[in-house]
Amino acid sequence: MKLQEYQSKHIFSKYGITIPRGRVAATASEAKQIAEELGGRTVIKSQVLVGGRGKAGGIRLARTPKEVEELATIILGMEIKGLPVRKVLVDEAASIEKEIYLGITNDRSQRKPVMMASSAGGIDIEEVAQQSPEKIIKVYIDPLLGLRDYQARNIAASIDLPREHWRNFIDIARGLWEAYSDCDATLAEINPLVITSDHRLIALDGKMILDDNALFRHPDLADMRDMDSEEPEEIGARKYGLSYIKLDGEIGCMVNGAGLAMATMDIIKLYGGEPANFLDIGGGASAEKVAAALRIILSDPNVKAVLFNIFGGITRGDEVARGILAAMAEVKSHIPMVVRLVGTNSEEGRRLLADARMITAETLAEAAQKAVAAAKGA
Amino acid sequence: MSILINKHTRIIVQGITGHEGLFHTQQMLAYNPATVVGGVTPGKGGEWVLDGKVPVFDSMKLAVETTGANVSVIFVPARGAADAIYEAADAEVPLIVCITEGVPVQDMMRVRNYLDQKKVRLIGPNCPGLLTPGEAKVGIIPGNIALPGNIGVVSRSGTLTYEVLYALKLIGLGSSTCVGIGGDPVNGTNFVDVLGMFEADPHTDKVVMIGEIGGTDEEKAAEFIADSMTKPVVAFIAGQTAPPGKRMGHAGAIIEGGSGLAADKVKALQLVGVRIAAHPEEIPNLLQE
Repeated sequence: MKLQEYQSKHIFSKYGITIPRGRVAATASEAKQIAEELGGRTVIKSQVLVGGRGKAGGIRLARTPKEVEELATIILGMEIKGLPVRKVLVDEAASIEKEIYLGITNDRSQRKPVMMASSAGGIDIEEVAQQSPEKIIKVYIDPLLGLRDYQARNIAASIDLPREHWRNFIDIARGLWEAYSDCDATLAEINPLVITSDHRLIALDGKMILDDNALFRHPDLADMRDMDSEEPEEIGARKYGLSYIKLDGEIGCMVNGAGLAMATMDIIKLYGGEPANFLDIGGGASAEKVAAALRIILSDPNVKAVLFNIFGGITRGDEVARGILAAMAEVKSHIPMVVRLVGTNSEEGRRLLADARMITAETLAEAAQKAVAAAKGA
Repeated sequence: MSILINKHTRIIVQGITGHEGLFHTQQMLAYNPATVVGGVTPGKGGEWVLDGKVPVFDSMKLAVETTGANVSVIFVPARGAADAIYEAADAEVPLIVCITEGVPVQDMMRVRNYLDQKKVRLIGPNCPGLLTPGEAKVGIIPGNIALPGNIGVVSRSGTLTYEVLYALKLIGLGSSTCVGIGGDPVNGTNFVDVLGMFEADPHTDKVVMIGEIGGTDEEKAAEFIADSMTKPVVAFIAGQTAPPGKRMGHAGAIIEGGSGLAADKVKALQLVGVRIAAHPEEIPNLLQE
């Protein structure tokens, strides 16, 4: 789960990291009022969960409250990479001497958190990472010990930070580690961390991504989820314990198991079709769950055929078949359905479905070919 | 023969009185009654479950001391799973299999770094467990879909593994051991570990490896196969059609920053002579060629 910039920076500030004075606004007049309170030059920043906001015109500098109002009106009417801007952050502008990058993420191959820093911070950090990775310093953190001060000090030295800032930098690095660790983040990033002309270190921008699997112990953070940035179908699916991702093809898929669901998408492509979605219904297949899944799949107008691929191991095939039939009775659709049931009680399941005039298949290859043909015939 | 588990395996089920734990204990008992020696649910020590066949203990320490168990299988919900792993490790069980899905990744990083300091192997989490056909089952792989044989199977996915075991069975092929290493980004055992065990096992002649998008474990497996394996390996990689930046069900199945693509994994494996199946049902044919 991604947090907005203003949410991330608010968390950072609780860990002693200095952030610019400022507040979030949902209307242009609120934005103007904030600018009046702050006085001086301000920055208006669109709060959307995508990168490249600045390049899209979603971050603007303003000299007067009136200008803030005008710019906020424009930005609040924008869509950036398909996402509507619903909030803007109005921050005091900083006079920047230098931009630094500082972040922590999980390194899955080392199975440890890694702190990364670069003296080449700012909007082009991804380019730096690709073209001159040696400019990014990496320090692995023992998850049982946490970040040690000497590690933060070594980072400061490695990025040629002037010594007068070391003590402050170590505090910021420690704060970022604690925020990452306490919030169960998978990413906590300050970019840029700036040195101002009056020699202060300020986190101008912040980004956090939280581990969805850990939200059970952070109900306060879970409440910060931004529903606007997610597909409504994906939100609906989560309610039923389904894992759904919308794609652009014409063949809807309903599968038990994530790996098998991906393999099913792949084989559809192999036989000349395009999958309309990823959907893992998980273990068991009650009529209620199957019906919810089917409704979500069929809400996509591109879907021309649906492929069910269920491997009944512990889940019984006849139970799944009854679930599908009950769901069909409820959802009512003329879209062709291809069902492949394998494993425990699958013959019985297939018989039930054939009686209901659904297309059945025994192998995955056969099912995929039939679904592709059905989608083309429709 | 086999790797990791066999008919002499003595299993303790952590979370035995929960819905999942009890159901799968029954399945494991049915597969080989001699293998399940007890269970742990704190607060229910002294009870017996499944018609008095299996004793329940309050702690892993007590369970291991009493039964001499050498494997633990964990069905504890995600919020308690890391603690269950620490408890099993501190009770000196040499093999821990964690079925639980949804364990926070920071918990797993701490667990993994703790276990690396001990002589304990963890399989999973978020995995279907292990099956040595005809001998023992630890976890949730349906026993009836696999035959005993000489093919080692290692996989990041659950039902996709079942699919492959079943396809092998249909043409009379069986497996030495099937290992589900799980779909999480940080786990206890990776492809390289299991490939090494299959290479050393005299009763495994060929290996099937089932990977998916996310991370670089398949690429590391390719290096290991080139350097250290003599036995033929056939692979399938799921997620050719997966979009970048989206988590495909498994916490670890995500293409991030251009890394973890299925095409890169396929290429790395093909370069070292691994045959790649276009779809799972093609695997038996490739094994027979």
